[in-house]
Amino acid sequence: MTSILDIIFYALIFSSVYVQVFFFVTFLENRRKIIVRNGKITLGYYPTVTIAVPCFNEEATVEKTVQSILSLNYPMDKVKILIVDDGSTDNSWNVVSKFSDYPNIKIFRKKNGGKYTALNLALAHTETDFFGGLDADSFADPESLVRIISYFQVDSSVMAVVPSVRVYNFKNSIQNAQKAEYQLGIFLKKMLGFLGAINVTPGPMTIFRKCVFDNLGPYRHGHNTEDMEIAFRMQKNLYKIEHCNDAYIYTNTPKTLRKLYQQRLRWIYGFINNTLDYRSILFRKKYGNFSILTLPMGLISIFSVCYLFSKIIYNLGIFLYSKILILKTVGWHFATSKIFYFDTFFLNMRSFVFLVIFTYLLVAWALVFGRKMVEGKWGVSLGMIYFFPIFSLSAPIWLFSAVYSTVLRRCPAWR
Amino acid sequence: MVNNNIDWKKYLIVFLMTVSLFLTASYLSNYFGNKKIDQLKSIQDKIAMDILSSETQFSLLSELSCKNISDTIYSPELGELGNKLEWSQSNLGATAEVSYLKKYYSLLQIKDYLLAKKISERCGIKSAFILYFYTNKDNCNLCESQGIVLTSLREKYPELKVYSFDYSIDLSAVKAMLQIYKIKDTELPALVIEDEVLTGFHSMDDLEARVKDSFKLQEIKPLDTVKKSS
Repeated sequence: MTSILDIIFYALIFSSVYVQVFFFVTFLENRRKIIVRNGKITLGYYPTVTIAVPCFNEEATVEKTVQSILSLNYPMDKVKILIVDDGSTDNSWNVVSKFSDYPNIKIFRKKNGGKYTALNLALAHTETDFFGGLDADSFADPESLVRIISYFQVDSSVMAVVPSVRVYNFKNSIQNAQKAEYQLGIFLKKMLGFLGAINVTPGPMTIFRKCVFDNLGPYRHGHNTEDMEIAFRMQKNLYKIEHCNDAYIYTNTPKTLRKLYQQRLRWIYGFINNTLDYRSILFRKKYGNFSILTLPMGLISIFSVCYLFSKIIYNLGIFLYSKILILKTVGWHFATSKIFYFDTFFLNMRSFVFLVIFTYLLVAWALVFGRKMVEGKWGVSLGMIYFFPIFSLSAPIWLFSAVYSTVLRRCPAWR
Repeated sequence: MVNNNIDWKKYLIVFLMTVSLFLTASYLSNYFGNKKIDQLKSIQDKIAMDILSSETQFSLLSELSCKNISDTIYSPELGELGNKLEWSQSNLGATAEVSYLKKYYSLLQIKDYLLAKKISERCGIKSAFILYFYTNKDNCNLCESQGIVLTSLREKYPELKVYSFDYSIDLSAVKAMLQIYKIKDTELPALVIEDEVLTGFHSMDDLEARVKDSFKLQEIKPLDTVKKSS
């Protein structure tokens, strides 16, 4: 007899497997189109690009960020940098003022209003055809901009190009796990790019055609994820977003579980709420794979993880309870032989076990291929091994929390 | 503007692939489930064979057989089988097959019990056994604990035999046992030691004391138990 819970359970497992298989098939279809350029490239024509650096209390890293832009392999007379200090209370303004003499750098200081206000200030002072932001805790690879611009020149209908964000220098297992996770993200972004279903244009140096903002309006608060909100807006207006997999932007990542939790809580809360804001485009074939696949699958996966995690905790609870019962009734001495008694007969071989294993294998594949795209190496890294336990155990917590916050209509803080 | 023609064929192909994966997983699950049932069946066949062989042996030889009793007569798998059957019932589902195997198991236990009684009459040896009646339904939360106590007792004293019977099993032989010992479903778990009916939960110490008094069993040291089961 199958209960409602069983049906939900199998429906969730079905959709998880479906998404993984879908990405894998997309990979097989498009694998020859995945090109990684390793050397310098030259363009026939270099358009002028404005890069905004919004800064709030980033005294430690903002100098390096600006230096990385100045070191880009791109003619510096075609790069305009607008640094916006969003009311920092540390030494950021002094650090940033060092660049006031550069001919292509302009510095602004304003009252704190949030990252999107800083970006909008920069937008208001942008006259070039191309615009992008670079977070003050991220650094651009010298070849990144030229490779990104090449995507615009190959296809004039492309309105924004997203780079590959990588982890800069990991110091512990949590950052190492994120390194693997970002590589997985690069693989998924590339696949989403092929599907025309990219859902976020990350702060770290996504480059837009300025006309996107002229037509669609400036950045909005977007529940503290303005980079996601603009992507959703672009998808709604059928603007094409591409992913330049060989443009590398390095970013700092949270070192502790607590900071990671805060960051991901903000992201997931942003995703859920932006999706709710844009729910009118769900399941409409006009909006393509973004509406049919990315958004529904994002929501379903959040729900799945919460549901499956609860189920696992519940089963674990039952298991522990039975072991404790044994301990209580017969004492420790004989309990030892009973607790560790293991016969393969008792291995649960029900169908969902195989399906879950299969899903994990596909995720492992995506991790490995992401690394191949970025580092050029096949193989399993330590970060990948850390990835599974760290994210399996902590992701459900920030997912639950994001759902809870949404229900309570409480927007999580940025920091 | 982006060309958003959705490739419906691809969605359909992925759907078919996922369905076939599901079917494969289901097939594998059934395959392993059936293997386990077959395993149970072969254990039961072995036990049935052992019991039949002992009965025949006992009938053929008269007094001489009393000397060789403890080595050849008793089937060691009987106890373990109980655990595997209970696990199967909760994890593979209470299918017709599992129920059938449970009934067969109860019958084998009764046969083993009768054989043990005959031997004790003939050879004058007191055979050590406990009859245990339980139920899986919710009006018996102590049954689980009692089961654990009995299993540990059995591991500690391998000569002690514990015959477990599910009160609600649909088998006339078991119903006969219930009538003989006047077991009521409101008084479960129930134990029968030396024709004395005990109801309610009895702890490890309590039962150990009784069993030691009645049966003069040899205790196996815990280290030996661990070595034996590995």
